[in-house]
Amino acid sequence: MSTHFKIEGLKAAIEGKEILKGINIEIKGGEIHAIMGPNGTGKSTLASAIMGHPKYEVTSGTALLNGEDVLEMEVDERARAGMFLAMQYPSEIAGVTNSDFLRSAINARREEGSEISLIKFIRQMEGKMKELEMNPEFAHRYLNEGFSGGEKKRNEILQMMMLDPKIVILDEIDSGLDIDALRIVADGVNSMRSEDRGFLIITHYQRLLNYITPDYVHVMMQGRIVKSGGPELAQRLEAEGYDWVKEELGIVDETVGQA
Amino acid sequence: MTHMSTQLSTPVSRQTVESLSQNKQEPAWLTELRAEAADQSETLEWPKPEKVRIDRWNLGALGVYKAQKQASLAELPEEVQAIVPEDASGNLLVQRNSGAVYRQLSDELTAKGVIFTDLETAARDHADLVQQYLFTAIPKDEDKLTATHAALWNGGVFIYVPKNIEVEIPLQAILFQDDAEASFAPHILLVADQFSKVTYVDYVVSGAEGKSAPAVHHSAAEVIVKAGAKVTFATVHHLADNVIDLSLRRAVVDNDASIEWIIGDLHDGNLLSDTKSVLNGNGSTSDAKVISIGTHSQNMSITTQAVHWGRSSDSQMVTRAVMRDQASAIINGITKIEKGATKANGEQTERVLMLSPKARGDANPILLIDEDDVTAGHAASVGQVNAEQIYYLMSRGISRAEAERLIIYGFLAPVVSDIPLEAVRNQLNRLIEGKLGS
Repeated sequence: MSTHFKIEGLKAAIEGKEILKGINIEIKGGEIHAIMGPNGTGKSTLASAIMGHPKYEVTSGTALLNGEDVLEMEVDERARAGMFLAMQYPSEIAGVTNSDFLRSAINARREEGSEISLIKFIRQMEGKMKELEMNPEFAHRYLNEGFSGGEKKRNEILQMMMLDPKIVILDEIDSGLDIDALRIVADGVNSMRSEDRGFLIITHYQRLLNYITPDYVHVMMQGRIVKSGGPELAQRLEAEGYDWVKEELGIVDETVGQA
Repeated sequence: MTHMSTQLSTPVSRQTVESLSQNKQEPAWLTELRAEAADQSETLEWPKPEKVRIDRWNLGALGVYKAQKQASLAELPEEVQAIVPEDASGNLLVQRNSGAVYRQLSDELTAKGVIFTDLETAARDHADLVQQYLFTAIPKDEDKLTATHAALWNGGVFIYVPKNIEVEIPLQAILFQDDAEASFAPHILLVADQFSKVTYVDYVVSGAEGKSAPAVHHSAAEVIVKAGAKVTFATVHHLADNVIDLSLRRAVVDNDASIEWIIGDLHDGNLLSDTKSVLNGNGSTSDAKVISIGTHSQNMSITTQAVHWGRSSDSQMVTRAVMRDQASAIINGITKIEKGATKANGEQTERVLMLSPKARGDANPILLIDEDDVTAGHAASVGQVNAEQIYYLMSRGISRAEAERLIIYGFLAPVVSDIPLEAVRNQLNRLIEGKLGS
């Protein structure tokens, strides 16, 4: 069955303050959707709410992955159902090596007794790390501890590649990356494009979209998607900024929940 | 919560102690030492560790001396056999309740003059050595605990490593209780002569039968490290929750000598654990690694100390504790640098990870410095499991329970992975798994 992900009427609040005011997006397998918008418009909240960050409270709406509402699931169940969020600020966890962590994550998807063999796991991990031009020693480093910003982002992409999700959300994966790292990360994402997988790319800048061509571009303001279009929309935003969108829609302050 | 308010009359009196010692045919000097300690125990006070009222614990349940039959390893209870080390290579001692039941030292080490036997036997067979050192590192009249222990200790371990002898294979002991009414009070005396080297490992555990009534395990370890010698002392405690574990350890370290402590306080009941290195020698060093897990409503006082007298002496202490349920731990680190101990260095870290809002953990780093030309540092932290970290791990499909397990192991890993003895690491991991899984 090809992947189908549909968010309908999603509203979410943080500490009682509503940030998402009704989001609707439909992503089919093989599609790449980009969400753009200035800071403070609710983009990262959308990513966190879909994945189930404990700080965000979903107040209404659904997010159906192949007919099942992931918003009803625990965070780990969402992941095992096929959701993946590459985080803007991944946690650092001392004492847990990157490879132990990844192996636990892979085995969490398998039945007891059919865990991935150590040899197979190492071979896979080494192969993917090579693609991402990561130093092999990062397998044995503690999870994200002492990683630079760029190394953390590559590590997020490594996890995506190893876990083979159905829906990938990239939350500002391009922030803090230099041009070389941006290319490596984009290559990694492009290598994962498939008919079975949908992408939701959240970004502030258009530059990532020079490397990963989206099928659809959505502009977010005031906790809503206010404009949608094709790749040409991203290019116009890059050239002209967001002011024309605000003018067109009569928006003075595009932010949400900032007071 | 109920407090045991029953005051059991303590079995410590000059008379009972003397007659027991005579019945066991101990040398006269030892009978006198015990009798004097019994007198002292009547007037001295229990120790008063920071914020833990051990005087409210049922310290009267000291048990009575019960002679033990010698046993082969195969005759030991199953749960004790499970920890008989595979690599003991014939160097193993087992104490059951009040006395040693098994002792074995390889011919090779015997030929080199190494002594490894129970302390009661050593007091008869090697009286000169034992008398010279016994209760020198821990004075018997320090407080009611040391005096009571000096009066009542039984079984125990004596190790003597002659000058220039290096013992490559760890000497190991299993000290277990499976009779709550029997006195269980091992005293460990380890003397490493000049430029010798030895590793001692013991496991202090309960058998299935020992859980019926309140009991007290009181033990003391004295380690004498002569000039240039190197001692590694590893001890793993996992007694049942009916047992109060009172364990004192002290090393006296001479010039250029070193002591390494590895302590796994994985006990299930109330605990007083106090480990101290007295760095008398110039260039002497001490390294202490302590891990602990508290569960249910246990109360723990865990103290690590280093006292620097020698110039250029160095002490390192690391304690990591995980507190679950309503468990409470007061963790003290005391680095004392005396006047004249120039160029001394002392570093200590205490970290507590709390898994429950009802758990309590206090980390008290204390630096007492009477000399200017020294370096010292401390770090302490007490914190909950980070919700952001749990979310991150869960977002990769890992269950909440497994995410917590990874974070807890990760918290203890920097200490456990540094332990140079694989067998001890494995036993610790097994017990950690057990305490966290229950």
